[in-house]
Amino acid sequence: MKKWLMIAALAATPALAQDAELRAVGDFDDIEGEEVRSVALFEEMLKVIEHPRCLNCHPVNGGPTQGDDMTPHMPPVVRGDADFGAPGMFCTTCHGTQNVAFVTGDGSIPGHEPWALAPVSMGWQGLSGAEICAQLKDPERNGDRDLAELHEHMAEDGLVGWGWHPGDGRTPVPGTQEAFGEIVQAWIDTGAACPG
Amino acid sequence: MATFTVNGKDVTLEVPDDTPLLWALRDDLRLTGTKFGCGIAQCGACTVMVDGMPRRSCVTPIGTLDGASVETIEGIEGPEVEAVQAAWVGIDVPQCGWCQSGQVMSAVGLLRMNPAPTDEDIDNAMAGNVCRCATYVRIRQAIHDAADMLEG
Repeated sequence: MKKWLMIAALAATPALAQDAELRAVGDFDDIEGEEVRSVALFEEMLKVIEHPRCLNCHPVNGGPTQGDDMTPHMPPVVRGDADFGAPGMFCTTCHGTQNVAFVTGDGSIPGHEPWALAPVSMGWQGLSGAEICAQLKDPERNGDRDLAELHEHMAEDGLVGWGWHPGDGRTPVPGTQEAFGEIVQAWIDTGAACPG
Repeated sequence: MATFTVNGKDVTLEVPDDTPLLWALRDDLRLTGTKFGCGIAQCGACTVMVDGMPRRSCVTPIGTLDGASVETIEGIEGPEVEAVQAAWVGIDVPQCGWCQSGQVMSAVGLLRMNPAPTDEDIDNAMAGNVCRCATYVRIRQAIHDAADMLEG
């Protein structure tokens, strides 16, 4: 029961993110106080970070979720030692190098090279915005990235970018990766403050 | 046009790049041992080997296979295959048989990577292969039997 309550709660949060549009960096210029502006920029980043396209592959322990309602992945899959599924059923058993439209009806199976879960240390599902922010800035948990490398990952990584081009049947994350990268840079330039 | 090998033989197909491999195998190459089940990578019946790894052929466009090596139930070889075949026959695993070529592919894929799998390893590797006759208990036993044969 507890597990299902958690899943229900998770499904509710990203629904807000799906409805939101990504604001431009200039929209934050009038906010007084650099730290306050920085927090506002991070909260804008959360529209992307907490979107199902991102959260589905940032679970905190086991396998991924899927869909805009973030249901458990079907067929059932496990994380595996390399965040890439179980021996004999790696992610690439089904997910190729590109999205593939089903020829038998609506929808598609997502794909990208590479295709894998984020490591456990980068799990986001169920975390608050403040907790995600602290994790993003922690080299022990963010893949030993400094803020410039974090920006590069957010603004240029191909698998991150897949979120804006997820294929038929999935809602893309709001805005563009370029606009998201500008918001991340502005957040860094204002001190990379986290919500309280 | 895509050029790759199927069971060791060179194949060039003049079909649209988005044609699923499963269609090409069954309709163009007449290799009908690989089955259509769902068409959306949910059942595993269409599993083949691509470059030595299990792959759902219903969601694999021909255009992504240039230079690849494809193995199907008609041509797959090796000690794991022989062990799986003997184990499958040994305890009469199949019932209706529709899913079995996919089951065999996934079992061989698992044993090639993990020659002594636990129940959990087997369940994780085979979770994407659905059997409407529910032969799961025999499938799991046969994989253990095949592993024992390989060890012996």
